[in-house]
Amino acid sequence: MALLTVNDIKKNFGKTEVLKGISFSLEKGEVLAIIGSSGSGKTTLLRCLNFLELPDVGTITVGDKVLFDGSDDTTLSDEAIRQNRLHFGLVFQNFNLFPQYNVLQNVTLAPTLLKKGTPQEIDATARGLLEQVGLSDKLESYPYQLSGGQQQRVAIARALALRPEVLCFDEPTSALDPELTGEVLRVIRSLKDRDTTMIVVTHEMEFARNVADTVIYMADGVIEEMGTPEEVFGNPRSEKTKAFLQGTQNIY
Amino acid sequence: MSFWEVTLFLWDGFLISLLIFAVTLLCGAPLGLPIAFCSMSKCKPLKAVSKVFVWIIRGVPLMLQIFIIYYVPGLLFQTPVFSHMDRFFFQNYSISDAGRIVAVLIAFTINYACYFSEIYRGGIESISRGQYEAGYVLGLTKSQIFRKIILKQVIQRIVPPMSNEIITLIKDTALANCIIVCEIIKQAKELAATKAMVWPLFYTGVFYLLFVGILTIVLGQVEKKLKYFRS
Repeated sequence: MALLTVNDIKKNFGKTEVLKGISFSLEKGEVLAIIGSSGSGKTTLLRCLNFLELPDVGTITVGDKVLFDGSDDTTLSDEAIRQNRLHFGLVFQNFNLFPQYNVLQNVTLAPTLLKKGTPQEIDATARGLLEQVGLSDKLESYPYQLSGGQQQRVAIARALALRPEVLCFDEPTSALDPELTGEVLRVIRSLKDRDTTMIVVTHEMEFARNVADTVIYMADGVIEEMGTPEEVFGNPRSEKTKAFLQGTQNIY
Repeated sequence: MSFWEVTLFLWDGFLISLLIFAVTLLCGAPLGLPIAFCSMSKCKPLKAVSKVFVWIIRGVPLMLQIFIIYYVPGLLFQTPVFSHMDRFFFQNYSISDAGRIVAVLIAFTINYACYFSEIYRGGIESISRGQYEAGYVLGLTKSQIFRKIILKQVIQRIVPPMSNEIITLIKDTALANCIIVCEIIKQAKELAATKAMVWPLFYTGVFYLLFVGILTIVLGQVEKKLKYFRS
């Protein structure tokens, strides 16, 4: 059975239809890359999964638990939304680390407040995760003392500390200098080897091609094309996908 | 009167100035917070009431507000409320001016709470949406996000404008002499009237200067201490 099932998600902002019926499913350990031009609804989709926005229509199911059902008229309570968010993690484009806490505290804050273990356990987990992202020597540093790539790796460790079932990335390298994207992409790749289920919205086509199990190309709020990287990149069926991929390749 | 006697006489008045300063700060600073939250509320009527209230308090001279607080209860109840309080405290505890000081404290606290509320509002609204969202996706509650993530960043940002208001406050206490509260300038005027000594009036400036000097150092230390992170 699929770990995550998204069925016919629709979302309007005022009169603008941003998502016009998105459906897909994800197996445990699968990596899904979502590509597409700006304004195609990729970020809104991730925000719906993390309940930063509520869809107007559709269902979101994790395992056998229906987290959201648009046809259900009862509004979700703040507490239900908060519980739903715990199934997902989100890494933002611009990191959003907490500036007043050092690296270690950024990772331990949420597990501590949510009482996800004893202080010793939380501390040990955090140190382990920071070692995994290569920042063991920066535990005491504050975010402003770190490069963008280092900040983003802290943000990944922070999201992993709560052991989300699905980890989402919203253009994790778009705010980085080009020479820093590699270190972040390598970390994301290493997570795949540890069977982390991930959804990555990205403009890094090479990364999507090499790391993802499934690629979705989104355009104008719909899934224009979905398949394995070989299918989507090697043999796109849709004209829109072809045009988009050519636009990303024929730069020179 | 010797220089030393004048100093002691003025010091008595400055203690009243310091009392007004301390109470206004201790009561006005917390009171500003609910006003700030009302001004940011999603409930439109509440927000409107709060905005109009802040507009009136910031739009009318503080001296006039002192007069209003002092005289209006008397007009409403047909009896001078604060004068009765004066008499009561003088007869029972030999404390003079108590009723007038209470009127001044009420006016100052409300006035400064409104100014503080605008500083708080500016500080809270300056924190980026992303900080809240980072808290939300980690499954934190709204109250945890405010207390553990937002608050310290707000405090760091509002210390400089708050310092400004606090320094203005000690000098504003001189307005209390409009209803004859014996703060330091009233004391100096007393000397001018009864002993024909004008220099103590100018001498009061030294008291203010020394106190503002101390405030500047203390507030500067607070600011420095909070500078360990950048947001």
